[in-house]
Amino acid sequence: MTPLTSCLLLSALLFVIGLAGALIRRNAIVVLIGIELMLNAANLNFIAFWRYGPNSEALTGMMFVIFSIAVAAAEAAVGLALIISLYRHIKTANIDEVVSMSG
Amino acid sequence: MLFTIFAILTLAGAVAAISLRNLVHSVLALTLAFAGLAAVYLLLGAQFIGLAQILVYIGAVAILIVFAILLIREAEPASPSMVVSSWVGSVVAVLVIFGTMAWAIERSAITQRATGSQAEASMQQIGNALMLRFALPLEIIGLLLTAALIGAVTIALREKGEGR
Amino acid sequence: MILAPPNTAAETADQIFVILRDWIVRHVPGGLQPIFSDLISVVAILAVFASLFAITTVLERKGLGRIQNRYGPNRVGPFGLLQPLADGIKALTKENIVPLAADQTVYVLAPVVLVVAAFSMYAVLPIGRNMALTNLDAGVLFFFAASSVMELSVFMAGWSSRNKYSLLGAMRAIAQMISYEVPLILASVTVIMAAGSLSTVTIVEKQAGYTGILPHWFILTPWGFAGFVLFMIATIAESNRSPFDLPEGESEIIAGYFTEYSGFKFALFFLGEYIGLFAMSGLGITLFLGGWGAPLSFLTWVPSYIWFFAKLLTLIAVFIWLRGTLPRLRMDQLMNFAWKFMLPMALINLVTVGVWEFLPHGVLRWLVCSVMVVVPYVLLGRGLMQGWKVERRVYKFAE
Repeated sequence: MTPLTSCLLLSALLFVIGLAGALIRRNAIVVLIGIELMLNAANLNFIAFWRYGPNSEALTGMMFVIFSIAVAAAEAAVGLALIISLYRHIKTANIDEVVSMSG
Repeated sequence: MLFTIFAILTLAGAVAAISLRNLVHSVLALTLAFAGLAAVYLLLGAQFIGLAQILVYIGAVAILIVFAILLIREAEPASPSMVVSSWVGSVVAVLVIFGTMAWAIERSAITQRATGSQAEASMQQIGNALMLRFALPLEIIGLLLTAALIGAVTIALREKGEGR
Repeated sequence: MILAPPNTAAETADQIFVILRDWIVRHVPGGLQPIFSDLISVVAILAVFASLFAITTVLERKGLGRIQNRYGPNRVGPFGLLQPLADGIKALTKENIVPLAADQTVYVLAPVVLVVAAFSMYAVLPIGRNMALTNLDAGVLFFFAASSVMELSVFMAGWSSRNKYSLLGAMRAIAQMISYEVPLILASVTVIMAAGSLSTVTIVEKQAGYTGILPHWFILTPWGFAGFVLFMIATIAESNRSPFDLPEGESEIIAGYFTEYSGFKFALFFLGEYIGLFAMSGLGITLFLGGWGAPLSFLTWVPSYIWFFAKLLTLIAVFIWLRGTLPRLRMDQLMNFAWKFMLPMALINLVTVGVWEFLPHGVLRWLVCSVMVVVPYVLLGRGLMQGWKVERRVYKFAE
């Protein structure tokens, strides 16, 4: 198993673990944790291809990861603000309860 | 060999993060996963990214999640079930996705011709790239972060007269 | 690393520790030599800075005592100088009380994380010529990454004690630490811009020249002086020392986030905080005060590590002096200070260093940059204190 393959497999495993957390758990904060894991898995993918790919002087993979980390931090901030604001209205962080708009 | 250790650490942290009942333990396990990933980045030679991962994810995002947990002080979860009512379909979907990705990785041609070249990214090169080739994305990221900052504060602001 | 053999007595004295380490490492089989060399450096760092911690505790108590018009501890040893020994024995033999409801794993891990993060910051500090443990390309970034892990340990300590005072203290401490991290990093960015590199060894080398007898330290420039002041204030706030010690305010919430810790774990917290303080002062010395460089050009015969420790001890003395003199800031005053005063000053400082680099050498750039630093300082300071009505200052004295 080449180093690239093992990095990609680790990234795929992290991604599905994050996806499972985002789809299966009821608590909104754990959903956010799952989303952060998915973003991290994508970052690992980029770095693996930057390192073992054909053209490593272009630094494209690294640049993408820098911006991805910034975007993930911004999205975590906004997501948590939303969860806090939601909690103030319905007094629970349980996403099964947020059904007042479904017909 | 080091890579295997860090990979197992990261996966253990990730699994614990989504499956522990206590939210704060879950965030601490997530921090462990981030630290494992930072170690993997440093092993792959991406020095800047590994250190930025520790600084941003562990030093800011994890603390942000922890603060949010403390502000949502719901009583220790009285609900018996941790999972959504439709969890079976989700598990099937997740397994299918993983199967597809693993098959694609194993069979793909690009992993066969991967080079082991010594990739190097000095600070000078990253700085040059950020200022010359990637200047526009840099400015847009600045704008995005400002918008996220203002937006998060506005959303979480306690309006006057709103009940506690 | 094999260096050219020193040819004068001054150079030998300067490199004595490096020579000693290389001599010890020569007795080890070839393959293990790099690891042994690093191991010896790590042990040396641990030993030196832990003893500096011990010396600082007694100096601080005696210094504070004299400022408050009393003797400090003077029973143990001549002039009380063996007090750290007594303190150490006390801390190690006190009963270790763990609250029943505390979260055991996190409770035990919190001081460990703090001490590990604090000690790992020394890996990039150049303590003397050729005496930095590693010369990372992104040294300053590594330093800030390690210091941001300390905030996590503060939270772990406060939350795992299951005590509302600890939690409150922890939340206040984290809010303070992340607020002051921003001016800290921005002040360092000005130095990085001027030196053109993130590596601490390179930054010290850039400050190593002399014009006449004065050194090229960054503190001797307008933006460097402003940056140094910002950096030092932020350092005091990051280490939760007076006047920013509300999170561990002894008169209010007992001891804040380490209320429930006793015995050895409390000693570890104490150690970790002081080690973090020394490390950040060390970074301040590296960035602004010329690292291991001598202050005047005819003093370069004194070994480099002596200068580093002399500067470090001076900064520690200033911190002790500030602790004894200034009253404690309230939480809202603290946060206002960070966000409304220090952050704008740090941003203006960034612009100033850009202007400094682009103007030609001479009196003009000194004048322009000094004005760019002093005018916002006066306006912001007076404006924030007097609610933006900048008028003649009126002194009110007690009758």
